[in-house]
Amino acid sequence: MSNITLNKVTKRYGNLVTVDALDLEVKDGEFLAFLGPSGCGKTTTLRMIAGLAIPDGGSIRFGNREVTDLPPYMRNAGLVFQGYALFPHMTVADNVAFGLEMRKISRQQIKPRVMEALRIVRMDHLADRLPRQLSGGQQQRVALARAIVYQPDALLLDEPLSALDAKLRLEVRTELRKLQQDLGLTTIFVTHDQDEAISLADRIVVMSNGRIEQVGTPNGIYERPANLFVAEFIGGSNFLKGELDGADRFRLDTGQVIGFGHVGSGSNCSTVSIRPERIRLRSGSAGSGTDATGHEIRATVENVIYRGNLTEIVVGAGDQRLTVHQQNGFDQSARTFSPGDAVVAEWTPESAVLL
Amino acid sequence: MRALVRSGDRFFHLAIAAIAALAFLELILPLASVVWVSFFENKIINFPPKGYTLDWYWNAWSMPRFRDGFLVSLQVGVAATLISMLVGVPAAIFLARTRFWGREVIQTVLLGPLIVPGIVAGSALFMFLIEFEVFTGVQVAQTFAGLCLGHSLIALPWTIRLVTASLVGMNQQLEEAASTMGARPFTVFRRVTLPAIRPGIIAGGLFAFVISFVDLEKSLFLVGPGTTTLPIAIVNYLEWSIDPTIAAVATVQIAAIALVMIITDRFFNLTRAF
Repeated sequence: MSNITLNKVTKRYGNLVTVDALDLEVKDGEFLAFLGPSGCGKTTTLRMIAGLAIPDGGSIRFGNREVTDLPPYMRNAGLVFQGYALFPHMTVADNVAFGLEMRKISRQQIKPRVMEALRIVRMDHLADRLPRQLSGGQQQRVALARAIVYQPDALLLDEPLSALDAKLRLEVRTELRKLQQDLGLTTIFVTHDQDEAISLADRIVVMSNGRIEQVGTPNGIYERPANLFVAEFIGGSNFLKGELDGADRFRLDTGQVIGFGHVGSGSNCSTVSIRPERIRLRSGSAGSGTDATGHEIRATVENVIYRGNLTEIVVGAGDQRLTVHQQNGFDQSARTFSPGDAVVAEWTPESAVLL
Repeated sequence: MRALVRSGDRFFHLAIAAIAALAFLELILPLASVVWVSFFENKIINFPPKGYTLDWYWNAWSMPRFRDGFLVSLQVGVAATLISMLVGVPAAIFLARTRFWGREVIQTVLLGPLIVPGIVAGSALFMFLIEFEVFTGVQVAQTFAGLCLGHSLIALPWTIRLVTASLVGMNQQLEEAASTMGARPFTVFRRVTLPAIRPGIIAGGLFAFVISFVDLEKSLFLVGPGTTTLPIAIVNYLEWSIDPTIAAVATVQIAAIALVMIITDRFFNLTRAF
């Protein structure tokens, strides 16, 4: 195990810069997620860490070991591919043994280590099967066993869960997290699924256009996004346009003045973001949208979408649309709304983030 | 409206099935009739036969030209296959995995033998070998080695294309996975790439053999005096006589090729190579 340091790592394809002077430190034993839309450079970065792509500039270190120009077979990284890439002509056990064989470990020592790795992922009973005889989830676990069996310095996961169905994905997610913590593996996980990143990672690196938008804990990324991109990409939000009015007041385009709880580090102070679940609706037209300190807006319900655990209500106030999430929980007496209802949308100033 | 759509669908499926059946019949009927005729008792081929016999097979085998032709074709086929594999597999790997200027040109040129008529290719090859002899004093045309060499050349495009196709079709992440696990390039090739493209290599070899075994035009130019391949022996015989002997020879030829296909398919799923 070791930490991984990226220093000004750059990758170009022709004129296109896919990874742009990336600086990052992954701590020893940390579970880090690269999160971003497709084409943001997250997979290219992972491939450069694995050695499958060579950076055009910058350096990569595993601990104190400089690996920037080393071929993949000299890096000691474990990589799990999206499609698993199990060797189809080898049994499960032979697949897992491959990395140990390459390290010139004797046959007598290989067998117990293979079985141990398979036991960790609960696949030891299928050691003699061929990959095509396994389900997607089983193949995924074999791919994981194959990557951890030789104790890699870095465990690299390229969207390893995206080929699984929803229920299995949740199951494997929990297992993966536990395994990573038990083994203390420095892990980098590439995903475009924010849910996955939030529930798995110690820290999340949000990327777009080859750059890092924000690095932070799941809570930090969600509650205190650095800029519009992060707020929009992670979870979605309501954005109210306007301009600063003094140091801690924000004047909406409608003239209403509101407060805010946090300023994004990459903010250009033109928008306030309020998460849909931070807004509460009450019926009636009481309360005034023009109240100088009021964090509420008079609106009309336009659409109600039942989504199981929550109900999504879209309300309109002039040109402004607000999405409100109402949890369907213990309190079943919660007010239900229908299109056309006159409502007041309210929030606390702490819930508003200036971006 | 709905019923109308449905009956239209049915007509479409029936039409497809009928056309497929027709094509299949057209492929199989000539072969089947040759096999049938080879068992006819009467020397003059007419229908229906008077009775059935295996005599024509003994007759063919007792004629040195068919026996020798068969053996020569077999030897040349095996030799041509081995040579074309030895050259074709590395060439295919290079063509599939290396980007270089002129790669597309080479790949197009490799289609040449499919476009150039055999008789033209044969005469060109013959003239080239004669020129070669003039310059170097080494005789290649009209020797057994020259015949094998010529056949390996006509087989080569098939080997290269089939192996290239399987290389392009294979999941390259397998190679990347092996590499991250610590395998050096040659080990990756030996342990991962080679097993993955094995069906393509087998199919390439099979095609090389079949192409060589049935070749007539190029062999006509390349055989030395006194040597004859099976297709040449068949043509020579047909010049003077037509009786079920020729059907028997053709049947043996068909059977030999079918046997190679069946054996190969038993060990390797051939359809995977295409």
